[in-house]
Amino acid sequence: MLATSSIFEVNARAGLANPILQQALRLMRSGFPERRRLAVERLPEFEALRDIGKSIKDHTLEHLDFYLELFEENVAASGGRVHWARTADEARAVVLQICRSVDAKIVTKGKSMIAEEVGLNDYLEQNGITPVETDLGEYIIQLRHEPPSHLIAPAIHLMKEQVADTFRAEHRALDPQRSLAEARQLCDEARAVLRPQFLAADVGITGANFLVAETGSSIIVTNEGNGDLTQTLPRVHIVMASLEKLVPTLEDAATLLRLLARSATGQESSAYTTVSTGPRRAGDLDGPEQYHVVLLDNGRSALLGGEFRDMLRCIRCSACMNHCPVYAAVGGHAYGWVYSGPMGAVLTPSLIGIAEAGHLPNASTFCGKCESVCPVRIPLPKLMRHWRERQFAGKLNPPVYRAGLSVWAWLARRPVLYHALIELTSRTLGWLGRGRGRFRTLPMANGWTAVRDMPVPEGRSFHSLWAERQKAGVRQ
Amino acid sequence: MRVALFVTCLVDFFRPTIGFAAVKLLEQAGCTVEVPRAQTCCGQPAYNSGDRADAKAIALQVLDTFAGYDHVVAPSGSCAGMMRVHYPELFADDPAVLPRVRNLAARSSELVSFLVDTCGMSAVSARWARTVTYHDACSGLRELAVKDQPRRLLASVDGLTLEELPGAETCCGFGGTFCVKYPDISDKMVGDKAVEIAATGAAAVLAGDLGCLLNIAGKLQRHGRRIEVRHVAEVLAGMTEDTPAIGVPR
Repeated sequence: MLATSSIFEVNARAGLANPILQQALRLMRSGFPERRRLAVERLPEFEALRDIGKSIKDHTLEHLDFYLELFEENVAASGGRVHWARTADEARAVVLQICRSVDAKIVTKGKSMIAEEVGLNDYLEQNGITPVETDLGEYIIQLRHEPPSHLIAPAIHLMKEQVADTFRAEHRALDPQRSLAEARQLCDEARAVLRPQFLAADVGITGANFLVAETGSSIIVTNEGNGDLTQTLPRVHIVMASLEKLVPTLEDAATLLRLLARSATGQESSAYTTVSTGPRRAGDLDGPEQYHVVLLDNGRSALLGGEFRDMLRCIRCSACMNHCPVYAAVGGHAYGWVYSGPMGAVLTPSLIGIAEAGHLPNASTFCGKCESVCPVRIPLPKLMRHWRERQFAGKLNPPVYRAGLSVWAWLARRPVLYHALIELTSRTLGWLGRGRGRFRTLPMANGWTAVRDMPVPEGRSFHSLWAERQKAGVRQ
Repeated sequence: MRVALFVTCLVDFFRPTIGFAAVKLLEQAGCTVEVPRAQTCCGQPAYNSGDRADAKAIALQVLDTFAGYDHVVAPSGSCAGMMRVHYPELFADDPAVLPRVRNLAARSSELVSFLVDTCGMSAVSARWARTVTYHDACSGLRELAVKDQPRRLLASVDGLTLEELPGAETCCGFGGTFCVKYPDISDKMVGDKAVEIAATGAAAVLAGDLGCLLNIAGKLQRHGRRIEVRHVAEVLAGMTEDTPAIGVPR
């Protein structure tokens, strides 16, 4: 997928000016966070569970080589196969080769951010294979040729009217008289179109919420049941997942699952939690003939030894974006690539480069809300700051900004000069703004006064006034 | 208790009244207050811009300036959070300085939480007949757990009624340089905040950080709303008569 992260500001302005998006974001803002809050309230040990979740992921990352090999062994033992993909190219190529080996024409897909990350749909189409997204949100954005705007609700930028319009435009068999006014009717329409695809598909591709080393299993959670149909009906099941999805045991996965749904949607658990271990065994009533896991690195192993390692704990719950005031203002597409919100602001630069994604870790007020809700306690603001440090060290910030910063820092280390200048400026602005209270415009402060007034300083600095009072006090 | 006031660069420049209110409150709480002259800024603008070298240099200066005091108190959760939470991170890989940094961090506090939690203050002698609402500034709230303390003291202000602000814990969109780097996004955030403040019907909005207050006052005034914006310390110190609200002419 072509990234537009470098024009984040343009994207953000478009998002701010899009009334449908703004309406959808208002709904999100009042929905997810409140539901999470209630779910957390109902689970007194939630905070302790966050610590345990963090330690499970930290332990796994500490011994990732061991668990990866254990996972591969156990996948093989259950009759499946692990394919190691260093890059997005390799991951796409492996998937294509598996699809070709069974002469696949139609591929159904459960929701997979890794498939989005490697741009799988376009690639399959270019190679004559039809991918069909089966998660309702993913299906909608596939019809609209849009990237996901959210981790777990990829079409959250749309209202149901746009979905109805999309179905009318794309579903040729749809009776124009049929009502699509209600969400229920939209679901029915999508279901009617998708059912035959589930049955016709040769290969089913899903993501994984967790990969379990001790059993060689993949686990997915969904609320629509589409994941189950995707992975059990076709002859071949391909799991696409990145390295950091690994956990040591089923018990660990169960612990993280308790955190995941509550953090994501405020559910105690998702409607469907499905564990897949290998292909169909003799005597099984259903299941695929082949079970493949494509394990993607794509730059992640390089994060293991460095300051961004904490990011690899992420379980993709979306709590950070659900609670982010910047995401709530501009929506997910502004971030310009697959991942958005605070987790995207940290992860995207490590996957597509800080030169391309430089805005993302800067477009944060560091309000800290994301870190306060992260189920595995990823210090997201701190990691965004680390990206800013890399930018600064690499001289990637605008020269004017760098110059301003260094003049200010130079002054801040010279208190006598600093105080004199502050007093002078405070007096000057106080005099210029006398009787007005605030400036409506101010040279060199356009960023401020374009959208809000600038209060006029009182006209004297605290330190000058304090010095005068001290002197007067001594004299008395 | 010998307390050094960390004035903060915004209070020093924009609104000295807050500094004097802080001194008054600290003295009421029984502290001996000094204001070291060699202070400028806590270094947060450099730190959050990725300029670690300048942030460290400024932090070292703060370390020297505030050595020897029992406590360092700032009328800002943001600056206090910088000293208390971020200085130790900044010097995590510098074992020679880290003990001094940790010592300063342990002595550093935000004003209102210091008054309540450390000095045991439970009431103030101030009067302000207003219905007010309160915005929880992010750093104080999430880095220093400043939440109940200002409400407890405000409850003792004669004539004052607190009308809670829905979304009080949501960022106002200031974020230091964020507000000028991304003015459109900041505008949306502070615009929403202004609407929520107005919807409470309160005559005034208070907070514990001048950055947020300048942002909120600027937006309310741009919208032509006559809602008083003040630092909570001004109200607690009974100094609302001394200076007009933020952005209001004398």
